[in-house]
Amino acid sequence: MAKEMRQPIESGCPDGFQYMHPLMIKNFGQWRWHDHPRPGVLRHVAQSGDALWTVKAGTQRILDVFTLRKLCDIGDQYADGHVRFTIRSNIEYMVADEIKVEPLISALEEAGFVVGGTANSVAMISHTQGWLHCDIPGTDASGVVKAMMDELIDEFKNCNMPNRVHITTACCQINCGGQGDIAINVQHTKPPKINHDLVANVCERPSVVARCPVAAIRPAQVNGKPTLEVDEKKCICCGACYPPCPPMQINDPEHSKLAIWVGGNHSNARAKPSFQKLVASGVPNNPPRWPEATAIVKRILKAYKEDARDWERVNDWIDRIGWPRFFEATGLPFTKFHIDNWRGSRTSLNASTHIRF
Amino acid sequence: MADNKQHETPMLDELESGPWPSFVSGIKRLRDEHPTERINGMANDLLGQLEHSYETRKGYWKGGTVSVYGYGGGIIPRFSEVGQQFPESREFHTVRVQPPAGNHYSTDMLRQLADSWEKWGSGLVTFHGQSGDIMFIGATTDNTQPFFDEINEYGFDLGGAGPCVRTSMSCVGSARCEQSCANEQKIHRTLVNNFTDDVHRPALPYKFKFKVSGCPNDCMNSIERADMAVIGTWRDDMKVDQEAWKAYVAKKGRQHTIDNIITRCPTRCMSLKDDDSVEIDNRNCVRCMHCLNVVPKALSPGDDKGVTILMGGKRTLKIGDLMGTVIVPFMKLETEEDYEKITEIAESTIDFWAENGLEHERCGEMIERIGLVNFLEGIGIEVDPHMISSPRQSSYVRMDGWDEEAVKWFERQAEERQSATG
Repeated sequence: MAKEMRQPIESGCPDGFQYMHPLMIKNFGQWRWHDHPRPGVLRHVAQSGDALWTVKAGTQRILDVFTLRKLCDIGDQYADGHVRFTIRSNIEYMVADEIKVEPLISALEEAGFVVGGTANSVAMISHTQGWLHCDIPGTDASGVVKAMMDELIDEFKNCNMPNRVHITTACCQINCGGQGDIAINVQHTKPPKINHDLVANVCERPSVVARCPVAAIRPAQVNGKPTLEVDEKKCICCGACYPPCPPMQINDPEHSKLAIWVGGNHSNARAKPSFQKLVASGVPNNPPRWPEATAIVKRILKAYKEDARDWERVNDWIDRIGWPRFFEATGLPFTKFHIDNWRGSRTSLNASTHIRF
Repeated sequence: MADNKQHETPMLDELESGPWPSFVSGIKRLRDEHPTERINGMANDLLGQLEHSYETRKGYWKGGTVSVYGYGGGIIPRFSEVGQQFPESREFHTVRVQPPAGNHYSTDMLRQLADSWEKWGSGLVTFHGQSGDIMFIGATTDNTQPFFDEINEYGFDLGGAGPCVRTSMSCVGSARCEQSCANEQKIHRTLVNNFTDDVHRPALPYKFKFKVSGCPNDCMNSIERADMAVIGTWRDDMKVDQEAWKAYVAKKGRQHTIDNIITRCPTRCMSLKDDDSVEIDNRNCVRCMHCLNVVPKALSPGDDKGVTILMGGKRTLKIGDLMGTVIVPFMKLETEEDYEKITEIAESTIDFWAENGLEHERCGEMIERIGLVNFLEGIGIEVDPHMISSPRQSSYVRMDGWDEEAVKWFERQAEERQSATG
């Protein structure tokens, strides 16, 4: 007889309070203000007068247990044994005494971690899975992020940008990385290559047909076997058919490129939240260090840093100077591909005489 | 790894140079230094397959069906397409585990998780994936169940994967941030833990995500990424400490203050007075947070706090990126009845979408297809001008029920006035 299986305890999301720093519990909902004593450090002051220092550090994100334990050792030895992780996978240590801040920073830096990522810095790149673990990736994520952060580390460790800069990556056009001030995303340029021998056995064909955003997929027969075919004139090469139907291979070592987008901003501060806009494409997907993509990112950051006013995010800056000047300042080509033709696109056209000369 | 040769990794080796911490070095530590042979072998073959991906610019993982007893989701199955070359990482599933709300941990708990994980898995873990889960990356099919059993006993549960309610996210909020207008952890746990069945047994049209941000800075990206975004806000006047404000003006200067704060207000509701105090037209403040972000010592959210709820945010697939739309402009979240009310809003939304959404259609795409008004009727919420940025621009619409709708509006207004005066 089969062994009796254990019933799961459906406890869901655990209570955070059991792991929080005691000062966070004591002053929950009673914080008064914060400041930023140095890059990588925040000081929060509560109505009670209590102060809490937070030290933020970047890591490789894909942590081996040795690294995780090292982060714990530092937390035990130099902080108060409580940590949290940010949405961009940085680790934060909270300490109640200012005197612990500098030794904590030294311990983190000696162990190879990077203290920074606060306020008007270039924050840690929002990270997806890529070749290490995803089933549909056009590129790697850990490698792109590592290579790019090697180049941007000074901007992470310092706060020299007009406002914070969030960079994201995405290894396919579904865009798990989300919206960023600068986004580096895979852009396919050729329709999927179909292995007709496998489609009937592997794919639920009606749902693959339904998945296509432009209705370019239809049932077909090839060599007497039921399969699917793609109207290549209609196909927008988005890759949406590939996850439900792996024999429709969209990834191509040469023709899967990277595109760069700017101006995504989730905050409601000043303007309403905005989605990112295409600025560059056709960038080679070039492991192991993707130098072409990094060069464009650095060019955009340079123009932003030189020209934007304090507190302007990338989208605020471009709203003020206009798109023609963005292309001028960055030296990126403006092409017919920048003009949107998706649904609702006419609202992105200039219907005025508002032109900067 | 005894009879398995160490793979050459010339391309990955290039990711060991440079100042940023290297994930390649970390995986190599597991290969070379971990006392468990099973982990050495897994790390070696994982590096081998990843190097192969770097050489050929292709991914080699395929999905499948793996779960734990009693659940239908929560594991991301990964089987290698090149498992013959890399047999010890042939099965390399991710176990998605819900983190504590607010992503707080004690170092003791992290160590306990690390101990369990190296007993059963690869020793690689991420805090956290884009889904908000702890990603325990790399377990064989046989080892997922005992790993889950072990961590489930001390308080951790699987997150969502597939067409289901997904793991939620909430910001640090009230635990540390003066801008917080809500109890983010309570909202987060109230909502997602009401749907544990829908998290563990995928049976919805597609994914459904809750995200909670304590203020309109929306650090959780909820408007752009959540099917139901809950964002803290306030509806009385913001608090102004004029002495702290004047101290800021004295330190930074008037021109800085005007250029960086006064003129950046999106509704032009701030005025710098001749005595360097600040005057705020609170009725026209849209709670954008800019001035509070610049001068947190002087400007703070008011006392009458609550939340705004937006629905329908999502990423690109299938019809393009969508932002959430305001569904509830303001509601209080103080009493247990308030929390029951927000739970009911979530339930009626998910029920309506489960009934009416097409396969693989997110809630926001359904709203786009059927129109906001039909959605509101489906979940029992009345129209409100805060839901739009402008009224209709096209005259091509039937409006033969106009008079009745106008009467409803005035009746609702009268009811609201009555309940406001008590």
